[in-house]
This record gives sequence, C-alpha cells and structure tokens, in this order.
Amino acid sequence: MMIDNNNSLKERIRERVQRAGVGLLGMVFVAGIVLWGGFNTVLELTNREEFCISCHEMNDNVFQEYRNTIHYSNRSGVRATCPDCHVPKDWTHKMIRKIQASNEVLHKILGSIDTPEKFNAKRLELAEHEWARMKKTDSRECRNCHNFEYFDYSEQGRRSSRMHQTGLNEGKTCIDCHKGIAHTLPAVEQGIGSDKHGAPQEIFHPDAKAEAKPETKSEAKAEAKAEAKPEDKAAAGK
Amino acid sequence: MKNPIRSTRPLLAVLLALSLGSSALSPLAMAADTAAPTKLQSLRGAEVPAMDPEGEGTRNEKDRAPIPRNYLQQPPLIPHSTKGYNITKNFNKCLDCHSWTRYKETGATKVSITHFKNRDGQEMANISPRRYFCVQCHVPQSDAKPLVNNTFQRAQGLDK
Repeated sequence: MMIDNNNSLKERIRERVQRAGVGLLGMVFVAGIVLWGGFNTVLELTNREEFCISCHEMNDNVFQEYRNTIHYSNRSGVRATCPDCHVPKDWTHKMIRKIQASNEVLHKILGSIDTPEKFNAKRLELAEHEWARMKKTDSRECRNCHNFEYFDYSEQGRRSSRMHQTGLNEGKTCIDCHKGIAHTLPAVEQGIGSDKHGAPQEIFHPDAKAEAKPETKSEAKAEAKAEAKPEDKAAAGK
Repeated sequence: MKNPIRSTRPLLAVLLALSLGSSALSPLAMAADTAAPTKLQSLRGAEVPAMDPEGEGTRNEKDRAPIPRNYLQQPPLIPHSTKGYNITKNFNKCLDCHSWTRYKETGATKVSITHFKNRDGQEMANISPRRYFCVQCHVPQSDAKPLVNNTFQRAQGLDK
C-alpha cells in the first residue's frame, strides 16, 4: 500500500508539473503574441503620416512643401507618404532607423528647428543627411516602388530615357539626380549672379566617376594622358 | 400704409421714361447709349477680372527635339514639359540642366552667351541675374488652339 501511495503521489506531482509546464508555455506564448503585437502596433502607429506631421516642425515646413509634388497628388491617386520614403520597409533597417529617430525627438525637445527661420538655416544640413542616407543604400526607399530594371525606355521621354540609361550605366542612383522632388531645396550655387552661399555643385551633383574605385581612377587618368598626347604633339608641331 | 407707395411706382416709371427719352435726343447722351451695351470679356469668354476658364485639351506637349526659331531673335521655345519645375530663390530648375556647367552631362541646350551681359552691356563671369526667370521669354508648348486666326509666316531667311 505504501509503495502504491508513493507511486501515485509521484505520478500526481509529475502530472501537475507537466500541466503547469504546458500552462506556462501557453502563457508565455500568448504573452509573446500580445507583447510583440503591441510593440509592432505602436511601431506602426509611429509610421503614419498623421504621426509624422503631429509635430509642427514637420507639418509647417516639409509637409506643406510635399503637398505640391507628384508624390502627394497625381493622376492615378497613388500616394507616397512620409514613411514610404523616410523609413525602410524591412524590419532590421526599420528598427535601426527608428532608434536613430530618437535623436529627432531630442531636437524636438531642444527646439532646434521650431521656427521656419531655424528650419531654413538647417535645411542644407538636414537635406545632406537624407541625400547621404539615400546614396548609401542605393536609394532603397525609392526602389520600393520604382525599379529601374522594369523601365520601359520607349515609354519614357527622350530626356528621361537618355539620362536614365547613361546615369545607371555610370553607377548612379536615384538620389544623385532626383534631389528636391518632394521638398524645397536648400540654396544651390548655379553660376548666376553673385554668390548666394548655397551648396556647391560638387555636393548637389556628386560626380560618379570621382567616387569610383582607385583602379578605375588610374585607368581614367591613363586614358586622359593618352588623349592628351596627340594634342601635345600637334601643338608642338605647330 | 403700403398701398399709396405702390400706386406711385407706375407714375415714377413713366416720369423716368419721359426724362430718358428727352435726354436721348441730345447727341452726347446718344454716344453714351451706344457704348454702354458692349460687354467686356476675354478672348476665352470669361469676364475681364475673372480667371480664364481651363481650356479643353490643353496638355503640355511631350518631349521633342529643339523647335526651330520662327523669327530672328526669337527666344527658343521649350520643347518639353516643365510641369513641377520650379524657379525659386534657392534653386532654378532650368539651370540645373541648361547651365554651362551642366549642359554637357544632360545634353541640354546651353544658356546663350548673350545672357552673360548685364543691362549696361558689360560681360560678366556668371549669368546675369536679370536672366533668372527663364520662362519670362522661353515658354513651354501646349496643344491649345489659337484663339484668333492669323496669317503669321516664318521669317524667310530662317526657312530650311
């Protein structure tokens, strides 16, 4: 009897532990879903246009500028909102960008750009950050919608067809040419009138060749020398 | 109380008509009468102070090759759509392709050398600021029909 009792007690404990284990596992599972779902929901709430323009820095400056562009209003009614261009779609890069964006919260509190004058004073710096980010990722957010591999050059105008093909062959990316398509540009030096203290052309139109690898650079130099030599000879002959 | 006023109205009207009729006999008043009925309106049929109605089928023309001049000194026409191209204090979209530093890469027609002169005829190192607003003279084309028939012909010397 004693042995039987002991055995039944052990079995009972084992059963209870098993049940508790299963229960705990279930609770963790459900809690995981709730927490993860909640986290993602909050993250997605911060990924909407309403959230972006809930601070007047964005609403009064860049949002008003964007409302005049094709990404806001167009014939087919497809709209790219703030996060479509400014927040990466895939999870890892999205999280990194969201953590970086905490810096923007800090500057919201500091009031770094809380008047149009302050914003315009910083416009070049802010724009350069976005240009650099786009350049670094080969304009990843543009390519969420626009894939140059799907271009039908016969449908494009003669200018865009030519520029797209030469530009992409040179290894350029969207942002190299398409700056200021959604927001007002900072002042840019364009060789008209006196100096307006704007961004120099080297920043606004970075030369794809200048950024190429050293090997291609030396090749280009060699080519340039080869081209220069006949002229030199001709000049000497004259 | 209202009835007496109403009854005087026809009388007033008759008096007014008589006075108008008598004044119409004088030559000065006759001139004023002939000028009055002319209703001023724009060529597109809108009232003068009102905005012109949106024309039908006036779409910006698509890209094409440079358009030859029609008369001497004609500012070359813009052979492409300029939709979304802004000229602001900060940035001139036209010069982003047509300036001398950019035209080779973009394949655009470069700004005329005459644009480097200031109003006193002095040559400058940069484009003169008085040339900043390109579309004051250079205009994009649309398929709008001419509002008035005309007999304009290209300058003979420019014919191919």
